[in-house]
Amino acid sequence: MPEIKVTPLGAGQDVGRSCILVSIGGKNIMLDCGMHMGYNDDRRFPDFSYITQQGRLTEFLDCVIISHFHLDHCGALPYMSEMVGYDGPIYMTHPTKAICPILLEDFRKITVDKKGETNFFTSQMIKDCMKKVIPLNLHQTVQVDDELEIKAYYAGHVLGAAMVQIKVGSESVVYTGDYNMTPDRHLGAAWIDKCRPDILISESTYATTIRDSKRCRERDFLKKVHETVERGGKVLIPVFALGRAQELCILLETFWERMNMKAPIYFSTGLTEKANHYYKLFITWTNQKIRKTFVQRNMFEFKHIKAFDRSYIDNPGPMVVFATPGMLHAGLSLQIFRKWAGNEKNMIIMPGYCVQGTIGHKILNGQKKLELENRQTLEVKLQVEYMSFSAHADAKGIMQLIRMAEPRNMLLVHGEAKKMEFLKDKIEQEFSINCFMPANGETSTVATNPSVPVDISLNLLKREMALGGPLPDPKKPRTMHGTLIMKDNSLRLVSPEQALKELGLSEHQLRFTCRVQLQDAHSDSDTHIRIYTHLKSVLKGYTIQHLPDGTVMVESIVIKVSSSPEEPNTKVLLLSWSYQDEDLGSFLSTLLKKGLPAALSSM
Amino acid sequence: MAAHLKKRVYEEFSKVVQLPQEEAPAKKLRLTKPSKSAALHIDLCKASNPTDALQYLLSFARSSVEAESVEGVVRILLEHYYKEQDNSVRLKIASVIGLLSKTQNFNPESILDDTLNTFNTEKSHQVLAQLLDTLLVIGTQLPESPAVRHRLIEVACKHLSDTYFGVRNKCLQLLGCLGNVDTHLNKDGHGSVPPGIVAPGGSGGIGVRDVQSVISDYFTDQDPRVRTAAIKAMLQLHERGLKIQQAIYDQACRLLCDDYEQVRSAAVQMVWVLSQLYPESIVPIPSSNEQVRLVDDSFGKISHMVSDGSWVVRVQAAKTLGNMLQVSPQFLEQTLDKKLMSDLRRKRTAHERAKELYTSGEFSSGRKWADDAPKEKVDTSAVNLIASGACGAFVHGLEDEMYEVRNAAVDALSALAQSSASFAEKCLDFLVDMFNDEIEEVRLQSIHVLRQISTNITLREDQLDTVLAVLEDSSRDIREALHELICFTNVSTKECIQLALLELLKNLTKYPTDRNSVWKCLKFLGGRHPTLVLPLVPELLSTHPYFHTPEPDMDDPAYIAVLVLVFNAAQSCPTMTALFSDHTFRHYTYLRDSLSHLVPPLRLPGRKQAPGVCGIDGSGSVESAQLFLQQSLCRVSTIHNLQDPGAQDLLNFTIRDLQRLGELQAELAGAADFSATYLRCQLLLTKALQEKLWTMAVPLCLKHNAMATAAAKQILEETYKLEFLYSGLENRQVATIHHVRLQAKALQLVLTARTRRGVEPLISVCEKFLQEVESFQRLFVIELPHLQDSFVGKLLELSPRLSACKPGELVKILQTTLRQSGFLNLQLPEQIQRASGTIIEPTGESDNPLRFTSGLVVALDIDATLEHVQDPQNTVKVQVLYPDGQSHVIQPKPGDFRSPGPHRHRLITQVYLSHSAWTEACQIEVRLLLAYSSARLCKAAWRDGTTEGLQPTDGTTEGTIPFGKPVKVFIMPKPARR
Repeated sequence: MPEIKVTPLGAGQDVGRSCILVSIGGKNIMLDCGMHMGYNDDRRFPDFSYITQQGRLTEFLDCVIISHFHLDHCGALPYMSEMVGYDGPIYMTHPTKAICPILLEDFRKITVDKKGETNFFTSQMIKDCMKKVIPLNLHQTVQVDDELEIKAYYAGHVLGAAMVQIKVGSESVVYTGDYNMTPDRHLGAAWIDKCRPDILISESTYATTIRDSKRCRERDFLKKVHETVERGGKVLIPVFALGRAQELCILLETFWERMNMKAPIYFSTGLTEKANHYYKLFITWTNQKIRKTFVQRNMFEFKHIKAFDRSYIDNPGPMVVFATPGMLHAGLSLQIFRKWAGNEKNMIIMPGYCVQGTIGHKILNGQKKLELENRQTLEVKLQVEYMSFSAHADAKGIMQLIRMAEPRNMLLVHGEAKKMEFLKDKIEQEFSINCFMPANGETSTVATNPSVPVDISLNLLKREMALGGPLPDPKKPRTMHGTLIMKDNSLRLVSPEQALKELGLSEHQLRFTCRVQLQDAHSDSDTHIRIYTHLKSVLKGYTIQHLPDGTVMVESIVIKVSSSPEEPNTKVLLLSWSYQDEDLGSFLSTLLKKGLPAALSSM
Repeated sequence: MAAHLKKRVYEEFSKVVQLPQEEAPAKKLRLTKPSKSAALHIDLCKASNPTDALQYLLSFARSSVEAESVEGVVRILLEHYYKEQDNSVRLKIASVIGLLSKTQNFNPESILDDTLNTFNTEKSHQVLAQLLDTLLVIGTQLPESPAVRHRLIEVACKHLSDTYFGVRNKCLQLLGCLGNVDTHLNKDGHGSVPPGIVAPGGSGGIGVRDVQSVISDYFTDQDPRVRTAAIKAMLQLHERGLKIQQAIYDQACRLLCDDYEQVRSAAVQMVWVLSQLYPESIVPIPSSNEQVRLVDDSFGKISHMVSDGSWVVRVQAAKTLGNMLQVSPQFLEQTLDKKLMSDLRRKRTAHERAKELYTSGEFSSGRKWADDAPKEKVDTSAVNLIASGACGAFVHGLEDEMYEVRNAAVDALSALAQSSASFAEKCLDFLVDMFNDEIEEVRLQSIHVLRQISTNITLREDQLDTVLAVLEDSSRDIREALHELICFTNVSTKECIQLALLELLKNLTKYPTDRNSVWKCLKFLGGRHPTLVLPLVPELLSTHPYFHTPEPDMDDPAYIAVLVLVFNAAQSCPTMTALFSDHTFRHYTYLRDSLSHLVPPLRLPGRKQAPGVCGIDGSGSVESAQLFLQQSLCRVSTIHNLQDPGAQDLLNFTIRDLQRLGELQAELAGAADFSATYLRCQLLLTKALQEKLWTMAVPLCLKHNAMATAAAKQILEETYKLEFLYSGLENRQVATIHHVRLQAKALQLVLTARTRRGVEPLISVCEKFLQEVESFQRLFVIELPHLQDSFVGKLLELSPRLSACKPGELVKILQTTLRQSGFLNLQLPEQIQRASGTIIEPTGESDNPLRFTSGLVVALDIDATLEHVQDPQNTVKVQVLYPDGQSHVIQPKPGDFRSPGPHRHRLITQVYLSHSAWTEACQIEVRLLLAYSSARLCKAAWRDGTTEGLQPTDGTTEGTIPFGKPVKVFIMPKPARR
């Protein structure tokens, strides 16, 4: 039985460091190659020694596929390809390919330049790595080699995020990466066709959550910003450069446009500007609204949002500022926060989670006095709001995707073990399919039942057609006779004669014979006639002959009567049929065993 | 001389030629028939290759064939059909036959046999499909013939087992369009089973089956296109009024999970149809012992499709949900249900939280992190992630990525909410949320929907807050829709009123152009909630028990807005007036006069009551005004002869009275204006006739003539206004108007005759006049008895003489009849309304000129309301008048007209201006024009069946009537800088 094996090297019952190995139909594929944000040691990267202890990975992997540009999905890529060594193809979508190196470079800068780590990949390595990337288009089937093909589907989540279908022969696996089943202000919802994969590998970040309508969240957000700005206060929104930031920008931009507002909105420059540039370019990856209005105006060419300059911090009057980083632990956002924290008219909106220990986390928990370096304290008077804008599918979304794709098996990754457990139960219960949730390094195996294509000879088909009967219905199996020839790695179904001819064998006849004893007080020839008339009355539509030499022929079955002179009334019927007429033959033998009806006239 | 002779010869010659030509048409017709088919025959024979033949057929298909010759043409086509080798040509021939059988007055039964014969020899699947299509055309032409129908169905059944999907598709279509449920009964009677009706797979052939079961067999066909066609055929049967069996329900439900979207989409319709047919029958729920009503079951299933993978299906499903009104309330309410949880703990939705906050009396939302922190633990086994049934269908639909789906969901919500008050209450939150949609169309739609259901509901404060936030929207449509909504909303507390007022005032300052709309909005708000406004009055009017507060500025729109609210509330709350301060009463009288449509009459205490104001107030005023109008008209009708000495004075006074009445009574403005204009026409006519010019010698009368000519011209203009500017006219009034017009024309004719020398020009004018008299007679045959004594009546008495007499004589006759004819009385119709148009934007108040580079174009936004204009898309035009006398007429696009209410239209458009450079900024005039054409009326009359004659082609007059006040706009074209 062929098998598909899935081994997570990261993201198995865990969030972060996504890296999943799939072996399917003799091919090995690595899905995502991410890093873990929580660690600074070797645990940061997936354990590639699982694949091979020494040497390069090229000969063990057929391809690497990156689902989207978040570092927990692509952060280890240069390390793997350049430092561990991999020269095979790397697949990612166009936007991912464009944005990924920016983030990797930024990540490298922070680790090497700021934290002073050595033995880390260099800028050149990122460049070299990106040279190995082959871009993917949505719904385009790419042949990695003769047998392996991959196809990308839209996944929402962030710009360029994709779900991938991996197919070898009739076996297939779908990997979702991170996805979002509800559309947001700049991206659409994930979509997949009914591809019925053998395994669907899905993320399960929100396995135990069913989220509220996004409209309430948006409305709340806008209302809060609007109120503050009308009061003349300033709004600070700490964000990370990519993803949610763009969504919030679009949200505020359209709101400003709609409501004819005048207060300025600023965006801290740097990384963001580059990223916005790509958002402008990849309009086709955004949602319906942006794609439709693109003809008049590119929504990412913001009218109201301008670049921020440090000198604006002290400007009077209302304003809204997006500043990095998102957790308020360093950089511009912290700087602005310090300036504005003293005024109760101002507001800070945290659009995402904050790690423990950051100022963001502290103020979210209601701390009113913050201790800064040099024993300074900062009084927090401004309003603190929390708004969750997350772009992962919730439990319902995951179920919806399963319903769309109709997989035979389910495999959960990228989530906490406890939460996965719940979802696993639900999936098994509601779809009655197997669900796996392997830990890192643990292998899940799924046996598949791939269909084997066989060439059938035209002659055989035509002969089958000529036999009549109903037209072939592809949904119903139908039996036919033929000979299967397995030769030179190919399978053919041909007629027996042709097979014999090809193999140079002579045909052997196989006949069954059977004796039936019958009590019949007539002469042999009379019995013959009696049998003939009896069969004639029973078997309508068959050719029954009474041959001159005294035998009865039904199709190719020969019936002969003989009797021993000592017991003339006990007739022995000799039935003989060929293997092909087995059905009819056995029917006849049971029929004749019952004896001949007395009513038959002997004529 | 020679030239003259030559001319004569030609003339004679041409006369000779004309005679045979007159006979020619009859002959020609007969000639064409054979020639047409023969030509085709020759063409097809000539065609050496299929491409040529196709070309001939294509060009042939474009020309039309007479009904008599169709049969011949079809025979020729079929002849070629049998000879033709090429599939595409045969296919085209088949399609041409189908086209031909649609020819009017042609009975396709005659070619049926020939067409059916082609099936015996045809091998190509494509051609077969086309032939079946042709049969379909023939079949639909002959709906009453059961024999034909029977034969066609037989053919269709025979080819149902074809391997090509197109053939099966067409067969199913044929069955759907022509099949009967009683088909099998026929066959029972004959005792013979036609070989065609065989189930796929050959298992059938035994037993007789009706069309429905045959079609339903193809629900499981291998080809999705055939499955779709099968469902569509079934729907077709339903549309034709055949009852579909309930047995199909299960099959249809299974098709809902088909792999192909078009199948699923059609299946949704099928399930819906069945749910409408058998709403009350009971179906079991699989894997349980329970049973539900079929309509509930199908509602659940269709709700499920709202989260389908294909948006086409989602739109279909969302639309369909809106049409399932019989569904039980508990299923209906599930569609808005979405149990939230976070980390396996139950979470309340924002809507629930908002409601709770509101009921607990706490005002603002808690601004705390983890305010929405989940509380109780959820029982893991109880959570149902794939909500079975209708769960959350609308929650999904309203959040969909495609706005088409969202729009459909909003529509469906509206339909369902209108039929169920409790559901309306529940869906309120969701609709309010839609006000924030990213697509304006959806926002607008949801506002409209909320307005439609708002009679059922009362808005909570937090909801009102969200609703009012949209008042700042920069889109005018949205704001106005919202104003309309607020006009119809009920609110629960006085805080709500205050909030609404505050937001509306904010809106007013931000968008001053919304003034009228905001005022109107406050009028209704006040009128609806007098008791809620009462406690707010001191605050609103900023009165103080001890101190005199400064008198507010009367011209401040915001202050007027507040007053409108208060006065309207005071109308049904008599105690309120006691709270007013002195200046408020003064302002009341001022506003009552200047904005009478917004400020209702109030019963004010004591001395402040102005007697004059009271006189026309009250409910009786309309009747009394009506009476007055009738009396005035009666008085006028006593005039028999306009030459009477007092007649003119009477007319003058009556006209003045009517005009004043129109100003005072808005309801009667149309009628009063109409009668006044009519009387003015009469007056002018009388004056013109009274001039002494008639008796004067021709040379002397020139001076007076000018006056009479002007009068005639003015009367003509007025009659066009009378005819086209007023709606609600009956044939009687139109006849009267035409009569006046005829008089004016006669006057013109007489004047021309007196001023011009010679007879030549007169002849044509006279002919034209006579034609008009004739057409008048034709148009108003019914009205003629009423016109006995009038000008036309007298003319018609003389009519035999008229047509024969010379121009000079005619003029004389006219002259006398004109002078002798009496005053024709005007009968007022029931309802008569004057079309009016007001340009709201541009206001004409701006002193800043619109600057643009000369030679280039500048767009000017026009916003106008039109009332009582019929068919504004075709009649209303915008005219731009430049200072140099140049004028442009612009026809707005049909899409620029919106219809916010009955008889009301809104024109929001842009006109493009351009001009060469000016040195100074100068004003241009923008005005609305009402285009008319008398052809319209003739057509209308002809449709009514009053006359059978053809409409006069030469008699159509087209023109435009300016209506509404023109607006001046400063523009400044600057020379282009090089």
